[in-house]
Amino acid sequence: MIIKQLSIFLENKSGRLHEVSELLGREGINMSAFSVADTSEFGILRMIVSDHEKAYKALRENSFSVSLTDVVCLSCPNQPGAMAKALRILSENDVSIEYLYAFSVGESANVVIKPDHLDKCISVLQQHRMELVKASDLYKI
Amino acid sequence: MIWNEKIECASRQEMLGIQSKRLKETVERIYHAVPSYRKKMQEVGLTPHDIQSVDDLKKLPFTTKNDLRDNYPFGLFTVPMSEIVRLHASSGTTGKPTVVGYTRKDIQMWSEVVSRSLCMAGVHRNDIVQIAYGYGLFTGGLGLHYGTENLGASVIPISGGNTTKQIQLMEDFGSSVLCCTPSYALNIAEVMNEMKVDPSKLKLRVGIFGAEPWTEAMRKEIEAKLGIKAIDIYGLSEIVGPGVSCECEEQCGMHINEDHFLPEIIDPDTLGPVAEGEIGELVFTTITKEGIPLIRYRTRDLTRLIYDRCNCGRTLVRMVKCKGRSDDMLIIRGVNVFPSQIETVLLQMSEVEPHYLLIIEREGTLDSVTLMVEVQEQFFSDEVRKLQELRMKITRQLESLLGISVIVKLVEPKTIERTAGKAQRVVDKRNLI
Repeated sequence: MIIKQLSIFLENKSGRLHEVSELLGREGINMSAFSVADTSEFGILRMIVSDHEKAYKALRENSFSVSLTDVVCLSCPNQPGAMAKALRILSENDVSIEYLYAFSVGESANVVIKPDHLDKCISVLQQHRMELVKASDLYKI
Repeated sequence: MIWNEKIECASRQEMLGIQSKRLKETVERIYHAVPSYRKKMQEVGLTPHDIQSVDDLKKLPFTTKNDLRDNYPFGLFTVPMSEIVRLHASSGTTGKPTVVGYTRKDIQMWSEVVSRSLCMAGVHRNDIVQIAYGYGLFTGGLGLHYGTENLGASVIPISGGNTTKQIQLMEDFGSSVLCCTPSYALNIAEVMNEMKVDPSKLKLRVGIFGAEPWTEAMRKEIEAKLGIKAIDIYGLSEIVGPGVSCECEEQCGMHINEDHFLPEIIDPDTLGPVAEGEIGELVFTTITKEGIPLIRYRTRDLTRLIYDRCNCGRTLVRMVKCKGRSDDMLIIRGVNVFPSQIETVLLQMSEVEPHYLLIIEREGTLDSVTLMVEVQEQFFSDEVRKLQELRMKITRQLESLLGISVIVKLVEPKTIERTAGKAQRVVDKRNLI
């Protein structure tokens, strides 16, 4: 259930995002999900890829500050109120969210969550019969 | 007006007589009162008896900022604390400040040399002197203050900052003299412009500027913008503070009050003397100071001396505007900053590697300092909040150590250039020399 997400530190200068995507393309690595957190000076690129170990190695070799972060991916129906329900469960069980990003694929919506306590988050969601995406499935998208 | 004509216009022979007598007394006193300096003299086989005149000065061991640090705080004082009436301090290389103590007589001597300096600048007792140097541990504010009172002019002890009020008091009180750092003078000029205050309507006539390097171009700019004569004053707290030397109205070098501070110019590499008139490192021996007299103190400022009589009539030797430093010290907004201090801060933080680049720029009239630090694997967090916290932590620690605000910028690894030799850690874009 634990998903390995790549996090990359980027300075705010033009072309950096392009360099990352080009590098991964060259290595034959596909991106499943992708998000950028930005501040006035730097950004953090977070993504889930087809082969995180290979991507990690390639990025390090090219002098990027990169780390692997454990996240969880929730799958809920792609319809109004579905996400609210999941978030209410987490909130009622005192699980805080550091950040999240989401993408829909047809009938279902996937929400990548970085909670403050990963294990607790997973068990709370499972207890409430929420569907979690398997890592191997997510990497294939 | 010349404040102390007998001294300031003395013949070279007379001056050498005064200096030799005072040097002899000082060496005698330090030898008996300061164990660390006595040891230094003994190591080279010197006793006070070997020092009879200024010619013998070159035999004596040097004193450096490190000596002050090693004897922190009061180890180099030659009198008991009951004789010390004032302490001042400036920033040091490793976080510990350099402490200086003044006896009542030292304060009188300091006031005397500042009064001389003010007269050199054309200030007289009818003037109203606005002192916008910082008051406090820094010697600028109180040094000018006592000298101005001693001269008999009126002091406005406003200290630094609060520019709108500075300008308001110039208008209301009719300040005729402004004392501050040259960059602050330009800042005041800028704010005046914004406030639509016409400098030509003010009584401001003279500015006495120091505590940081400035160029002839800056002088012209200040003189044009404020409609005043801009005078350069020099000093360092270790020697006394402002008033070690000052320009006269001829603006052709700063007259050193050499009956109190005996100057030499040495080659910073060989430590031997340079030919007369050549550029080298300025070294001072204080020959009247009681609290913390210093023998052959290396200022690290590069300059040269002019012994010709000045058109103003003074014979006091002149030093030209400093041409740089023989160490890596930077003066930013009047504060002494050593790049090694920054390294100390970064090394103390386990999260950071000491790859940094310090960029100093002059934005408008004030210096800005940007520190670029590489974000390394081990402390890279993918949470924005944690990176911001790290940035704040570095900022806070630097501010508390350096005493100036620094913009910390996190950059990607390997973006700071690595060199095989001495790393380029500082980029000073101010073009001050």
